[in-house]
Amino acid sequence: MSADLSPLLSVKGISKYYGAHIGCADVSFDLYPGEVMGIVGESGSGKSTLLNCMAGHLAPDAGEVVFDTRADGPKDTVTMSEPERRMLGRTDWAFVHQHARDGLRMGVSAGGNVGERLMAVGERHYGDIRGKATDWLGRVEIDADRIDDRPTTFSGGMQQRLQIARNLVTGPRLVFMDEPTGGLDVSVQARLLDLLRGLVRDMGLSAIIVTHDLAVVRLLADRLMVMKSGRVVESGLTDQVLDDPQHAYSQLLVSSVLQV
Amino acid sequence: MTEYNFAYLDEQTKRMIRRAILKGLAIPGYQVPFASREMPMPYGWGTGGVQVSAAVLTPEDRFKVIDQGADDTTNAVSIRSFFERTAGVATTTTTSEASVIQTRHRVPEEALTEDQILVYQVPIPEPLRFLEPRESETRKMHSLEEYGLMHVKLYEDIARHGHIATSYAYPVKVEGRYVMDPSPIPKFDNPKLGNMPAIQLFGAGREQRIYALPPYTQVVSLDFEDHPFEASKADHSCGLCGATDSYLDEVITDDQGGRMFVCSDTDYCEGRRAAGFFGEMSAENPSAPTMTTQRNLEFQT
Repeated sequence: MSADLSPLLSVKGISKYYGAHIGCADVSFDLYPGEVMGIVGESGSGKSTLLNCMAGHLAPDAGEVVFDTRADGPKDTVTMSEPERRMLGRTDWAFVHQHARDGLRMGVSAGGNVGERLMAVGERHYGDIRGKATDWLGRVEIDADRIDDRPTTFSGGMQQRLQIARNLVTGPRLVFMDEPTGGLDVSVQARLLDLLRGLVRDMGLSAIIVTHDLAVVRLLADRLMVMKSGRVVESGLTDQVLDDPQHAYSQLLVSSVLQV
Repeated sequence: MTEYNFAYLDEQTKRMIRRAILKGLAIPGYQVPFASREMPMPYGWGTGGVQVSAAVLTPEDRFKVIDQGADDTTNAVSIRSFFERTAGVATTTTTSEASVIQTRHRVPEEALTEDQILVYQVPIPEPLRFLEPRESETRKMHSLEEYGLMHVKLYEDIARHGHIATSYAYPVKVEGRYVMDPSPIPKFDNPKLGNMPAIQLFGAGREQRIYALPPYTQVVSLDFEDHPFEASKADHSCGLCGATDSYLDEVITDDQGGRMFVCSDTDYCEGRRAAGFFGEMSAENPSAPTMTTQRNLEFQT
């Protein structure tokens, strides 16, 4: 953790209801620069709802999401204007979808996909954009000669890596990840996790990772929140929660993992 | 004609369209929704342009219609006769004499004046349409000025073809604010849009949108710093009038590979020929082989 003591993201009492149903209720936590937070829980436990509320894709019914912006310091992103929030969404924030198809433009070449965020923030030099795109494809281990190929010709793992490159090209400070390894086979998962861990450490990124795969949080996350029925039932350091779960549900979750 | 109201549409409809036009003029490049009417012609034949023309025409106007620059093609002839019958306005083929010009896919070569209105027929008014299919999203992108995607299209062009291959409907930015589709005019015409003394109105009937450029509006074609916008045309001179500065159509003349380039603006070409200019394939050119003799020569060899 860096010496900077003010949190990068401070979530206070986020609640989201779908009618009478609870999406997530009264979730609060602080995320410090360079920290990776894992959110685990079974399907329907409100992980994705929480992530979407924090990333501004859903409007929470209550609570604040205070982000430490570069220009104006801490600001509540729930009440900030939409242009500001969308600007954050393509500069300081990144969102990695579970399905690469949701996060990529499938009809646009790999280079165009990576370059889109650059062009969205005003880059207007083709050579520079292409140079950065090539550089980033290299960093996510995609051959430079695939730069003009469409993502439809890529494998699932490559698409996911391309999505990561596309998100990180503008140097965001906070990455939201929704099941980044879902739907990939284990060897590809391992490579992707390795890559993600390297990028997070090298760039000093903060990240919030939603997953149901405990191995992913074991490898990537510094801290862990366990969610059940829309509420956080346990939180703490990853190793602490996984090795000595206190809540009955956390114990169930940890013991459900097949030991090979 | 007494059966029709002046210029076909009823007064309330024209009033509604004029309101959309005024709003469009007040916000240059912004697509104003309007309640497009069913017109006695199929969509894609200029229903938007016709409604805009009907709303701006007055009995004193002189009307000109061009289709790809030509006054004598089906679309131009039928729309011209439509307004001759329903509005009884005078028509002309001479650009400088017309006060309202409806056009499909061209801007006349002759510079327009403050006394003229240019009405464009627009098939798809949304420049972001093929990049972002959701209308709700494109509207948001316009309102928040998120135009990065437009450059993605140009990027793809360069990545695939080595240069910006978009040659018509080339996107422009109006007064540093709205990105606009200039209708499918060749990009050769793009520079004429900016700072034009005439009023430019764009009507899309099927898509129910009207947008406008008031006189002397700044219009900039989008590009990259290292791949600047270029107004391109065929690298030839007009075969009939010899013009080197006009946009040219390529016409196939036989099945032996014979072809000629002629001005797409027929009025401009005729004007030049009347003034004594001629091109290398024109009948007045003594050194030019006529088409028949050319064919005979080929037979002999």
